Amino acid sequence: MLADKDRIFTNVYGFQPWNIDAAIMRGDWDNTKDLMALGQDAIIDVMKASGLRGRGGAGFPTGTKWSFMPKEPKPDRPNFLVINADESEPGSCKDREIIRHDPHKLIEGALIAGFAMRARAAYIYIRGEYIREAKTLFAAVAEAYDRGFIGKNACGSGYDFDVFVHRGAGAYICGEETAMLESLEGKKGQPRLKPPFPAGAGLYGCPTTVNNVESIAVAPTILRRGAAWFSSFGAENNRGTKLFQISGHVNKPCVVEEEMSISFRDLIETHCGGIRGGWDNLLAVIPGGSSVPLVPAAQIMDCAMDFDGLKAVGSGLGTAAIIVMDKSTDIVRAISRISYFYKHESCGQCTPCREGTGWMWRVMERMRTGDAELSEIDMLQQVTKQVEGHSICALGDAAAWPIQGLIKHFRPEMERRIRERGGDTAPMMEAAE
Amino acid sequence: MPTVKVDGVEIEVPQGATVLQACELAGKEIPRFCYHERLSIAGNCRMCLVEVKPGPPKPQASCALPAADKQEIFTNSPMVKNAREGIMEFLLINHPLDCPICDQGGECDLQDQSVAYGRGHSRYDENKRAVTEKYMGPIVKTVMTRCIQCTRCIRFAEEVSGVEEIGAIFRGEDMQITSYLENAVKSELSGNVVDLCPVGALTSKPYAFEARPWELRKTLTIDVMDAVGTNIRLDSRGRQVLRCVPRINEDVNEEWATDKTRHAIDGLVRRRLDKPYVRVNGKLVPATWDEAFAAIKAVNAGSSVAAVAGDLVDCETMYAAKALLAKMGSTMLEGRQTGMAYDASNIAAVNFNTTIAGTERADAILLVGTNLRWEAPLVNTRVRKAIKKGAKVFAIGPETDLTYKVEWLGDDLALLGNLPDAVTEAFAKAERPMVIVGGGALKGGHAAALKLVDTLGLIKADWNGFNVVHMAASRMGGLMLGYAQTGGIADVMRAKLGFFLGADEVDFSQFAGFKVFVGHHGDKGAAAADVILPGVTYAEKSGTWVNLEGRVQRGERAVFAPGDARDDWSIFRALSDTLGHTLPFDSFEGLREEMFAAVPALRHQALATFEWNPPVLNGAGEGVLAGYPIKDFYLTNAICRASPTMQRCSAELLHGEDFAEAAE
Repeated sequence: MLADKDRIFTNVYGFQPWNIDAAIMRGDWDNTKDLMALGQDAIIDVMKASGLRGRGGAGFPTGTKWSFMPKEPKPDRPNFLVINADESEPGSCKDREIIRHDPHKLIEGALIAGFAMRARAAYIYIRGEYIREAKTLFAAVAEAYDRGFIGKNACGSGYDFDVFVHRGAGAYICGEETAMLESLEGKKGQPRLKPPFPAGAGLYGCPTTVNNVESIAVAPTILRRGAAWFSSFGAENNRGTKLFQISGHVNKPCVVEEEMSISFRDLIETHCGGIRGGWDNLLAVIPGGSSVPLVPAAQIMDCAMDFDGLKAVGSGLGTAAIIVMDKSTDIVRAISRISYFYKHESCGQCTPCREGTGWMWRVMERMRTGDAELSEIDMLQQVTKQVEGHSICALGDAAAWPIQGLIKHFRPEMERRIRERGGDTAPMMEAAE
Repeated sequence: MPTVKVDGVEIEVPQGATVLQACELAGKEIPRFCYHERLSIAGNCRMCLVEVKPGPPKPQASCALPAADKQEIFTNSPMVKNAREGIMEFLLINHPLDCPICDQGGECDLQDQSVAYGRGHSRYDENKRAVTEKYMGPIVKTVMTRCIQCTRCIRFAEEVSGVEEIGAIFRGEDMQITSYLENAVKSELSGNVVDLCPVGALTSKPYAFEARPWELRKTLTIDVMDAVGTNIRLDSRGRQVLRCVPRINEDVNEEWATDKTRHAIDGLVRRRLDKPYVRVNGKLVPATWDEAFAAIKAVNAGSSVAAVAGDLVDCETMYAAKALLAKMGSTMLEGRQTGMAYDASNIAAVNFNTTIAGTERADAILLVGTNLRWEAPLVNTRVRKAIKKGAKVFAIGPETDLTYKVEWLGDDLALLGNLPDAVTEAFAKAERPMVIVGGGALKGGHAAALKLVDTLGLIKADWNGFNVVHMAASRMGGLMLGYAQTGGIADVMRAKLGFFLGADEVDFSQFAGFKVFVGHHGDKGAAAADVILPGVTYAEKSGTWVNLEGRVQRGERAVFAPGDARDDWSIFRALSDTLGHTLPFDSFEGLREEMFAAVPALRHQALATFEWNPPVLNGAGEGVLAGYPIKDFYLTNAICRASPTMQRCSAELLHGEDFAEAAE
């Protein structure tokens, strides 16, 4: 179990106020100027050495990402940092806790990350439904401006840096980095084609880096305590601490900061009071938010909760939003509901996702009731394959994977429903002549 | 120049080419819906997926992927085949498959590509989506259930026509293409979205349920609605032109056409003059050709005879009239009906010298008294392109919406002699500066504008930036044939006998002599005439037209004229016998040969070269421009005034009348 002294998010439960005085008491904004005095490349080197991988789901090394930004931005094409707080993945709720209880970690991180990548400003794109959180964030940014921590000559470092908070309008797709840029520019939130990547042409055509809230918020602490401290946690290639969000059929659902690579069993036993009804009652787990394939109980129990460990069982860490399902769960219905979510949130830009998500959901609804033919399971599998890898952004993949996971692990359950309903066993109706 | 391998064949492709272009260069067909050469790349239909190595282990959208050196591209691997079949199946699951009642049938990309790349059957058993129709105006009919969301129409409206009135609302499978608030799209180029639409979602409203493409006879000809000389194809069945679509000509119209070009054709069968008329006791009564000719002979005009060319006539007609007048001993030829009298002694000084395509390369543009959007919409799109490349545009004249950002300097032509510093500075920096003078400014501003050639440095090595925009298809041909008097039309008003070749815009009250109208529509000219000789429209004759940049182009006859109407040149040939001044040609070819001998530049279908030798004109710019010459874009000539579609466009788009759709 992670020792309290090693926690980065010391106010994740909101036992203390979020405001700037309390944040300073917790150690935020402590000599930020000195951290910046390290120099931009040194900061990036520390981030690289820390082994921090992006916390938004894809797990791309954060320091490397920052290093892609132009070292000498032109005056008419400044660099931008965009912070993705459009946390809409079902099961995911870590950014929310950071913003409402520890917003200054994020703002300080924005300054340091923005400084390191020579950005002119940071845009924090916050999910539209996070109303209280947005209020807190607006207030926190205003506090930071008042103290001179950001704005002109931020923290007395001589560096000018602005932070803007932008509220989304509630579209899941705006959490995709290029759709977020479109939305920030005032357009319909639809992902852009890549290349060009945002680091080359992003917000308003300028070099842009899009980072998750958690990736940015941990940066100041990593710099203060050193890369070696951060990389002392977790397995090789999966370093650091991470906010896990456990929901579903555990006794005490929670958001908790833990070491990477902790085993699933340890995580649940230590922080969540065990599985509801005991470990024998565990059916399956969706370990990284709704868009990763589910993992059946037997495979997940002792699995290491990190990027590589979950990849080995055919799933992914995603945002570490762990959805635990016990045997009372109607697993087909659960996945069907996820399919509905993707059908609802598809932006409609490209064909496979626009047409495929609706089709998959409709078939899934029939699978739920068993009103289908056995052969349709294979057809559904093929349709998911037709969507996967053919769309502009990853939403198509995200819609396909949960169904693929279901078919892979729970095909007998799907077949049972079809048989019970009478599909394929009912006598063929003869046409009247 | 990167070298790529397409299906094992190595080829070199130009720098910056996409994988799709590389495949096309290699002779491979890549199916596509959203990709269009003239629009930005959307990459959303996913039909053009190909396998590319090196790259991720999934197919890539070839339209958006730059071709890179040493790339290996596969267009027929199992991965590509599966991807295409999958996308095709997805596109069809919510498509109504109502091809038998769809106007796009037979020329539908979705039909063709589903045959070529689809699986041939569907596995989709669920209900299909349906979308309500969207109102887009009098030109575009919508059946949005057929839409495959390729967004070509959105991109066209935004990028080419400059009217951001089409967009997508909702998301996912509920995404719908609509016009802003479902109002008519206020663009003079809206008809082009019908051609762009790869399916039957946007079809032509006036052409709805008229014909199938395979029953139409297709004739290549030239449009006469403005002086751009849009290359068109007239699709006809029997004696009626049912449709007009643009042909590709990169130098002139690219592949666009204005709504007027496309849809004035229903005016070709209305208000037609189909027999000769003679005015008896103040009333026009039908007559035979002989009676009509006799009435003209009875005038005994001697050499006091004039010819006034209308806006739509071809060079051959004008030459035939000119030849007859020459025999009678007159040179009173004029084509500028509305009274303009600019100096036409050097045609280069009234030509669009930069050329239409050259406009794209300009980097500073000054518009003088021209509403390009109405006077030459397809030159306007080129100016838009120039702006995209960084050109700066200034304008003198009353402010109007040209679909791009213009710095308006004022509407006093005196500004020509005293341009603001911002203009002179921009032109001093410009490598390819351009001045475009509209017809409205020629009267008070021609002299001053010509002076700008020196002061702004408009002429450089292989660049001539002095341009005049004409509005009549016949104008440049007329000027080449000598249809210009020093004093303009006032000089010919004293003639005893006047031939009006489809001239409907003349102030006939000024003409006291005997008026013979040779034309095709019962409009102002016919109403004022003493004798009417029924001629033919541009669709019913072969002819030569010269567009505003001096490009000689020829069109072919698509259909036959109604009733007793005759080819205009043959009318003059027949009349010359009656008048005792027999013309020397007996055939159209004979006429042409003679015309070519008189004006050699007309012989070749190419850009005529005019020597730059501008007249020395006195006078600074004077006069305040109160407006532009074209008051109603949709009703500029007799054909469009007879067209119900154009009348409705005018009423609805320009005069804001409401056309409620009847409930059914």
